[in-house]
Amino acid sequence: MKMVTVTVTVNGEPRRASVEARKTLADFLREDCALTGTHLGCEHGVCGACTVLLDGAAVRSCLVFAVQADGADITTIEGIGGPGGELSPVQAAFRDAHGLQCGFCTPGFVVSVTAFLRDNADPTDEEIRDALSGNLCRCTGYQGIINAVRLAARAGVR
Amino acid sequence: MTTSPLQTAGRFVGQSVKRKEDPRLVTGHGRYVDDVTVPGMLHAAFLRSDVARGRITRLDVAAARECSGVHAVLTAADLNDRPAGPMLPSMFADGSQGISAPVRPLADGDVRFVGDPIALVVADSRYVAEDACELIEVEYEPLTAVVDFERAADDTENLVHPELGSNIASTMATPPDAALDEALSRAAHVVTETFYQQRQTPTPMETRGIVAHWDPYAAALRVWMSSQNPHEVRRTCARILGVAESRVRVVQQDVGGGFGQKYFMPRDEMTVVLASHLLGRPVKWIEDRRENLLSSNHARRDRATVTVGVDADGRIVGARIEHLEDSGAYANGGTGGTGMFVAMMFPGPYRIPRLGWSTTAVWTNTCGRGAYRGPWMMETVAREEMMDVVARAIGLDPLEFRRRNVIGRDELPYATASGMVYEHVSPSETLEQAASLIDYDGFRSRQAEARANGRYLGVGLGLYIEPQAGMGALGVEAANVRVEPDGTVNVFVGSGSHGQSLETTVAQVVAEHLGVDIDAVAVHQGDTDVAPFGGGTGGSRSGPILSPAARQAALEVRDKAIRIAAHLMEAAPDDLEIDGGVISVRGTPARSTTLAQVATTAYQQSDLLPPGMEPGLEVISRYKAPPVMYSNACHACTCEVDAATGHVTLTRYVVSEDCGVMINPMVVEGQIAGGVVQGIGGVLYEQIVYDDEGNPLTTTFLDYLVPTAAEVPVIEYGHVETPAATPGGYKGMGEGGAIGSVPAVFNAVADALAPLGARVNRLPLGPSEVLAAIEAAPAR
Repeated sequence: MKMVTVTVTVNGEPRRASVEARKTLADFLREDCALTGTHLGCEHGVCGACTVLLDGAAVRSCLVFAVQADGADITTIEGIGGPGGELSPVQAAFRDAHGLQCGFCTPGFVVSVTAFLRDNADPTDEEIRDALSGNLCRCTGYQGIINAVRLAARAGVR
Repeated sequence: MTTSPLQTAGRFVGQSVKRKEDPRLVTGHGRYVDDVTVPGMLHAAFLRSDVARGRITRLDVAAARECSGVHAVLTAADLNDRPAGPMLPSMFADGSQGISAPVRPLADGDVRFVGDPIALVVADSRYVAEDACELIEVEYEPLTAVVDFERAADDTENLVHPELGSNIASTMATPPDAALDEALSRAAHVVTETFYQQRQTPTPMETRGIVAHWDPYAAALRVWMSSQNPHEVRRTCARILGVAESRVRVVQQDVGGGFGQKYFMPRDEMTVVLASHLLGRPVKWIEDRRENLLSSNHARRDRATVTVGVDADGRIVGARIEHLEDSGAYANGGTGGTGMFVAMMFPGPYRIPRLGWSTTAVWTNTCGRGAYRGPWMMETVAREEMMDVVARAIGLDPLEFRRRNVIGRDELPYATASGMVYEHVSPSETLEQAASLIDYDGFRSRQAEARANGRYLGVGLGLYIEPQAGMGALGVEAANVRVEPDGTVNVFVGSGSHGQSLETTVAQVVAEHLGVDIDAVAVHQGDTDVAPFGGGTGGSRSGPILSPAARQAALEVRDKAIRIAAHLMEAAPDDLEIDGGVISVRGTPARSTTLAQVATTAYQQSDLLPPGMEPGLEVISRYKAPPVMYSNACHACTCEVDAATGHVTLTRYVVSEDCGVMINPMVVEGQIAGGVVQGIGGVLYEQIVYDDEGNPLTTTFLDYLVPTAAEVPVIEYGHVETPAATPGGYKGMGEGGAIGSVPAVFNAVADALAPLGARVNRLPLGPSEVLAAIEAAPAR
């Protein structure tokens, strides 16, 4: 299997690894970078649990090969909050509004919502629901998640 | 929105305390099974059958075994003689709970459903393992598959399990009942209808997975598994390997949802354990989503024919339910079904003086049946849908028909015709609260106006009593409360959360009753080496069974701490109180000591303890629950149906819940919401589909439609609080949301369609089904 060298910046740190050309970005992050907060819920691009920021854009890391991200700046769920474990406004809002139960889908939601509120700081309810519709949650019935997005928007996400 | 004040809010119990789990989970630092890495760990992938029923005529794994990076390609010849005991859940292993499917590690000579595992490849990586699966050559002689569960029982030629001699997995019925026949024959109205529920699947967002490590040098097995029930996994591993339970350690860690699918140990995980035992290496298998939709237990495929007799005043005089359920090929334990519970719970919250029932489960060449949030809920689906059918037939509003038949508080305790005894329930109160919250009467006027304008609005109710089983293995939970020398508290519990917030709610109960701050309490779950034996989290049992154990252990620790403090302070124990970890003389706060000082004395200064007292400050308490406990709720929703497209929009959704004393209202409402949306999915979107040959057609999330944030209504909550008679007054409620929502949504759609003359009796109600019902309506 052909190996390729991938050089990326992940959560501000340079990372370099030799990986199979077919390795997904999700597996690269989980296995080669030991960042296991990026979760795989379907591996076919529907559930959104594996969402990361690739040069600022929210993407499904199960649908991107690591080699395609060569040279990119990547933010995973581990890079969303502060270095000392401080919660970002979105993370704090998910906790405050009970926007998670089992927590497996949560990293994808937090990353998606972080990008969404960055681009739309004062969304309507319909815009929130539309923005969330690319992420699946099986525990919360979305009530707490929708409330968390409203809460984070009110708190004024950067 | 929340209505009703809490009767019993304490300092921690009754408060919407923020979850202890969340800081790690929202930052990506949870630890799920796929996050586990063990030195020397290998990766497994299954080759699965792509025919539903057939003989394997050729299986050649030579090329796969030659593949670089492959350590083993295991087939039935390698593994099927290795299990030392039945590959069944413990409660089914001795056969006393009825017949189970003849489970084997891998398909041997024949295959019985699409997804049946044929070979297990163990390799350096999952990528290589899947490469090698593609190199395995397998040929089949296809046979006629048993797919239609309504015809399976009569098919004596094509048997799903030839060893069992019949496609009937189980069948039970009440004896002939002349009094019921008499009651029905004299009834003013007798209505019969048949209801269907489609096949669904729990689909937790984290699929199943296991890391199994048999260490031949230690003769010990270590397992990390995505499970609801680590002690059950330990029992099962010990049984199939023929080793002592003390040589097996199972660790559950964070679990990404289960909803019943992870309650027992599935066959695939057992096979991975057998492979690790054979190879002496750690082996990881993480199910992918296709496998999850293809071969993780399905649920819900039921048919129920219901007959109800009603007198001239609209009061039910008797009922019959004939229930049929599809067990698939390899149900996880017994038939995977709950027919007996369907029958026992059918009367639900109503006075039904006489009941007759039958229930049959059949094997089919499809994925096996298993538990899914409220596994017996066909009783509520059939009963509540029938309540509306009967109400329409006799010209009563469905709310009024329910009012005439619902069990009132003044009738408690009430014994149903099936022998269930309700005591601390409030079905009438929740019915009225839900009707009031949804503005039922006001909606009826708006609905009439809308109909005049060609718009079709509907309202639906779902009233139910939710049982929590406390019999046998399900009846006991344990908590170990240990005050450490610094006064902080470790709590070890046998049950394990997979989203239910037990790390928080158990800490609330312990902090409340021990008298410490909640930040001083850490709850540990899911590790069989440190947790007391427990029955797992499922069946809405952690609230009513684990919480009393934690409460009792905390109270006993508190009592011992007070006795030590009284001895140290030369005070009377009755004069002392504990608050925030400080023990003081009531009314004289200056005379005090700390829980830390007491604990230090208990462990390290035992000479200072009262004479004869055992050192230490730790209690394990086990709580035995009553055989069955009950909570209750009423769901009400409104919808609009677009008669041109068949599209259903849910406009309002209300739940009135009575789960006794709420430990954490935020968590209670979160559980309700999650269940409701699963039920909404079950009515409007979700369906596992097989073609006539038994080929599954829904193997991705593009085909199996889980609701998204764009489809769900705002859910409004009301609470009625009728404490249970058990310690603490807590009741279980985790499953109820998924039970009441199905008939509530169904009835709302049926109500909207009624003026069109359209009749519905099958789930799901997607746009095509709704349009078909409208088109099939008799001309008006």
